Amino acid sequence: MTTIYIDNRPYDARPGTNLLHACLELGFDIPYFCWHPAMHSVGACRLCAVKRFRDAKDGRGRIVMSCTTAVEENMRISIDDPEVKDFRAGIIELLMLNHPHDCPVCDEGGECHLQDMTLMTGHVARKYRFAKRTFRNQDLGPFLNHEMNRCIHCYRCVRFYRDYAGGRDFEALASHRRVYFGRRNDGALENAFSGNLVEICPTGTFTDKTFKRHFTRTWDLQTAPSLCIHCGLGCNTMPGERYGVLRRIRNRYNGEVNGYFLCDRGRFGYEFVNHPLRIRRIVMKDGTARGRGEAGSVDAGPASAEGKAREVLSFALRPGARVMGIGSPRASLEANYALRALVGKDRFSSGMSGPEARLVAEAISILCTGPARPASLHDVALSDAVLILGEDVTNTAPRMALALRQAVRNKPMEAVRKRGIPDWNDTIARVAMQQERGPLFIAAPTGTALDELAERTCRTAPEELARLGFAVAHVLDASSPPVPDMGEEGLALARAVAAALRDAEHPLVISGVSLGSGPLLHAAANVAWALSAAGADATLSLVMPECNSLGLGLMGAEGLDKAFAAAAAEGVDTLIVLENDLYRRAEEDALKEFLQGVENVIVIDSLEGRTAGHADILLPAASWAESTGTLVNSEGRAQRFYKVFVPAGEVRESTRWLRDMLSLAGRAEGRQWETVDDISDALAGELAVFAGLPKAFLPANFREAGQKIPRQGHRASGRTAVEAERTIHEPQPPGDPDSPLAFSLEGYGGMPPPSLLTRYWFPGWNSVQALTKFQEEIGGPLRGGNPGVRLIASDRAGSARPAYFRDLPSAFGSDADEWLFVARPHIFGSEELSAFAPAVAELSPGPYVALNPDDAGGRGLAEGDEADVTLNGKTHCLPVRVDSSLPRGIAGLPVGLPSLTGVSLPARGRVLKAASEIETTQ
Amino acid sequence: MASLNNTDREKLLLELPLTGGMRQDKKPLDLEEYRLCGGYAALRKALGAMTPRAVLEEVKRAHLRGRGGAGFPAGLKWESMAPIDDPRRPRYFIVNADEMEPGTFKDRLLMEGNPHQLLEGMILGAYAVQADRGYVFLRWAYTDAARRLERAIAEAYDAGYLGSNILKSGYSLDVSIHVSAGRYMCGEQSALLNALEGKRAVPRPRILHAGELGLWGKPTIVNNVETLCNVPHIVRNGAEWFLKLGHCDDGGTKIYGVSGRVKRPGAWELPLGTTVREILEDRAGGMSDGFGFRGLIPGGASTQFVLEEHLDVKMDFSSLQAVGSRLGTGTIIVLDDRTCPVGFLLNLERFFARESCGWCTPCREGLAWTERILNALEEGAGVPGDMETLRSLTHLIGTGPGRTFCLLAPGAMMPLESGLKYFAQDFEKHVSTKQCPWGRE
Repeated sequence: MTTIYIDNRPYDARPGTNLLHACLELGFDIPYFCWHPAMHSVGACRLCAVKRFRDAKDGRGRIVMSCTTAVEENMRISIDDPEVKDFRAGIIELLMLNHPHDCPVCDEGGECHLQDMTLMTGHVARKYRFAKRTFRNQDLGPFLNHEMNRCIHCYRCVRFYRDYAGGRDFEALASHRRVYFGRRNDGALENAFSGNLVEICPTGTFTDKTFKRHFTRTWDLQTAPSLCIHCGLGCNTMPGERYGVLRRIRNRYNGEVNGYFLCDRGRFGYEFVNHPLRIRRIVMKDGTARGRGEAGSVDAGPASAEGKAREVLSFALRPGARVMGIGSPRASLEANYALRALVGKDRFSSGMSGPEARLVAEAISILCTGPARPASLHDVALSDAVLILGEDVTNTAPRMALALRQAVRNKPMEAVRKRGIPDWNDTIARVAMQQERGPLFIAAPTGTALDELAERTCRTAPEELARLGFAVAHVLDASSPPVPDMGEEGLALARAVAAALRDAEHPLVISGVSLGSGPLLHAAANVAWALSAAGADATLSLVMPECNSLGLGLMGAEGLDKAFAAAAAEGVDTLIVLENDLYRRAEEDALKEFLQGVENVIVIDSLEGRTAGHADILLPAASWAESTGTLVNSEGRAQRFYKVFVPAGEVRESTRWLRDMLSLAGRAEGRQWETVDDISDALAGELAVFAGLPKAFLPANFREAGQKIPRQGHRASGRTAVEAERTIHEPQPPGDPDSPLAFSLEGYGGMPPPSLLTRYWFPGWNSVQALTKFQEEIGGPLRGGNPGVRLIASDRAGSARPAYFRDLPSAFGSDADEWLFVARPHIFGSEELSAFAPAVAELSPGPYVALNPDDAGGRGLAEGDEADVTLNGKTHCLPVRVDSSLPRGIAGLPVGLPSLTGVSLPARGRVLKAASEIETTQ
Repeated sequence: MASLNNTDREKLLLELPLTGGMRQDKKPLDLEEYRLCGGYAALRKALGAMTPRAVLEEVKRAHLRGRGGAGFPAGLKWESMAPIDDPRRPRYFIVNADEMEPGTFKDRLLMEGNPHQLLEGMILGAYAVQADRGYVFLRWAYTDAARRLERAIAEAYDAGYLGSNILKSGYSLDVSIHVSAGRYMCGEQSALLNALEGKRAVPRPRILHAGELGLWGKPTIVNNVETLCNVPHIVRNGAEWFLKLGHCDDGGTKIYGVSGRVKRPGAWELPLGTTVREILEDRAGGMSDGFGFRGLIPGGASTQFVLEEHLDVKMDFSSLQAVGSRLGTGTIIVLDDRTCPVGFLLNLERFFARESCGWCTPCREGLAWTERILNALEEGAGVPGDMETLRSLTHLIGTGPGRTFCLLAPGAMMPLESGLKYFAQDFEKHVSTKQCPWGRE
């Protein structure tokens, strides 16, 4: 530590930081705008001024910007010096000259950094008497609202969008007082991380457009710590609700996972919770029970509906009934485990497709075997040489792409640091680094958004990608299997990749299950293991498709194909489908045959998918925002998400439905499992791999100073008026047996444990910038540690030689008639739940088939033509997208789009000009 | 020039090295004519017999101070270039020809009249710091200069003064012109580098030295046109000769200019340290008939006013500082008694407010506010307190370095701060009479 004197008192500051960083970390309030803990210092706003003195005798001092001044041993500064206070107030006065007086109608009001900073400096009266400047606002697409008049020109937005996230279609335009932050033309922002501008912008210039549609004052939002459920990374979020409507998502800092930022799918995918297709009542097929509001249905009241449901469920779960359960990789560990407990582990299916279940199991086995560590997102951002095998992370694990954009700066940053330039001096570091990038190699079947950063790319079939991986591993460790018949070009690439990875301090290998290739996972494992064997601190990231794929995989259940086979062999009387639309995962005919053979189909879900149509009893499940549970992310980190609000009416958490079913089936767990924690504990007790699970959360009976942690801020308004049209009595806040959180503004007012942070607020700091007060180090872990616990730990000190995979695939043979179809995931559209959010749906592509230009030309197909695509005996008529990044003989299909489900890839198939096209051309 | 014999020409060139060789008809010297004036002799001398270090030392001994406005010694600047064993290549040498300071046209005169002189200075400077690549960053409006420089560059390539293995010395340099998109900010050295990289012309932090981290992160030197034009003469005639040229501690001549209501506005090459009075009265012929003198700003728009009592001050770097002003570019703008000082300042501040790059708050917002207050005063809409606001703005923005990101705004505040002091009564009159006493044009 370094001693610095602030207003003549000594303090310990972290060396290597700048003064602003150090002073904030010490708990001082210095106002600032352009500095951001993840984007560092540029010195544009001139607000964070302090006085610096030469020595103890210097009484005059000079004004310096704290953000661009390095911490030095024994330096003397003043924050409270009258001259520098005047200066800061003067800067705020200048920033406020043109700022509109629209705080009362501004979405940012109440959590506005500009409001906070203005108050902090004490500027109160406007002397400026001239007309304020006005700008034209742009339509920036479905995510962001643009109100340029509120802009104070801190340049954070462009610095994030362009420098940090690699966007190109947004910039600082014009000059002097007319500097304009926007696009050259109106239009949806193209970068997948644009939503972060909502939190990065210190004013209401960029606000959440989805929130605006159902706006409520931010201090009235009820919030709880939660997780993103739209991919396998497990980013931490803070959803907000009021009046039973989920209103927005904000980032929740976790130094090991998402840090300060989310992707746009994660931020704007939440609106599925408010979708008209939400199942809100119990639906029974025989029509006697309550319908979905259709004509003729009798509103008999919940009691009788539940009674009827209870009757049918009791019959369906009668002793001796052959009951099968299908879980879901998008349901919590606890819900899946409760179902597994109900039906027995042998009759519990993971609900993943067969191939996917096997790949997930394989990935888990690789991560558990080691010796390479599973990479957290933080590890990804720290890596200095990266090989990506087959995964288009921008579309399958978007936040990882943002981490990789930072990772490629690590290697060149070493050289920059040697010039004496600290990381925090962003302008100088960027001048010094210019376009230098560290080694990133991307091998994938098609072009990806990160290709622009890659040292080399290689586009080929999954088999060839795997062979490349095996070859790299063999270069690194001759005891891993060699690849015969590898061309000179391939070998040269393998050597280049191996050399770069070997040179790195923190090499990283990324692969995943999206291409459906086992050998690819093996190849990635071999590379990472060969690096570890050579003594490197290698990490391995295997991208999981869904938010709890890995957690479910750890339970060891088989996929749907095994369930179908078991049903055919032994018969099923009752099928319980948990939060799963099977049509997305199984081939349609096989699925229909399976469902027809079942006497009672019970579906527990929140959205009415196609599977719900088969339900004899459809039970309305709470969405993730209305439930508490645990998910395990791609790195094996178990994290708890908490109920943000109480589900209305008949909607209940899946765990409650299942607990009731356990009771109806006469099982003791139905009584014993009072809280979600009880289910977690039971899971931890039964399966050794989950032994660490209880450490992932604080028990429901945890209290801080004897109190629960409030989900509402102390400024939440209307408690006595919210239900005034129904009752004049102040309602009792709903209870929450599952967590130490309360549905109230009352409770513990201090700083709660990090996993229970419901909001960022600190006296004087109402905006998200208050976060620094909750961190041990700025940009480091939260006070008390980052939430979550890693369940899988590879044995690094284990066997000297890793047991390399040897199942080398044979070379890819292209076929003139049949092409290989591979999955093309899309950040917007491919994930089931977020696709129901209108803003996300707006940016989702329609179905298409992507072809290499020569392949398309050979079939007489041009961009936009209709083509008949025949795969697994089924023909789909799809418009053609010509994509020069695709190699010949490989075609791409956008997986997961609502109109293209149940297609199992990779597969060989044919493409012909559509019959309809041929007719019209003739 | 054509009328001079060789001896006379030599004599003249020893007194007026920068302009002595120029043609009277304002046409540029071509390569042949430049050679007749001793052109490229310095380059032959340097490449033939001097090490790069020797060239640098000669310039350092000559006390050649930058003529772009800041007056930083050129030799010291060259010395700040990363050492030759630094592996980063190419090393850049850039001519700052983005002359946009109000009232300033000296670089234009030099480039239009004798483009080869600049090129030779540039090649010598580049040789001294062993640069591989040169750019002339030229103001967009200087189309004549652009054409003449382009022709000169072509001639220099043909003659072997540019390109690879210059004069068979083993030293190589490529030079091209970059025409600026046209912002005052681009004349600020670090913003110039950003502009050259295709980025927004915002300045870089002042602690960043281009010699260490310049264009595209490579070692870079940026010099003003006039500065470089001196270099061939220093190399040819030696530092001692150069030092003796000046009437002050620093060496050489200076192109001084005068604009405003004087009898003969123009620009003249004179010894550095010539007095303001001599320039104003002897060269510019004094005030035009019917106009009285009220004050002047000595070196472009971002310098403080100089009043009647200071007219005997020497126009050099240190003497002007002693009377609270700066040499700047050495081109005087005269304020007469029939021009409203408030309007004069409004004109300047409007320029600065418009040319602010918009990067840092005090400059972007403060200059715009300043301009609006001055405009209100001129329109008769001034209110009591406006002068106080202006004073507080000059204090907020203009006091000392470090408050703003670069020196544009402090520079913009210099004439205003001194104007508020010297012409306070005129300001007050605008407020009390609710109109401009001179009327508005």
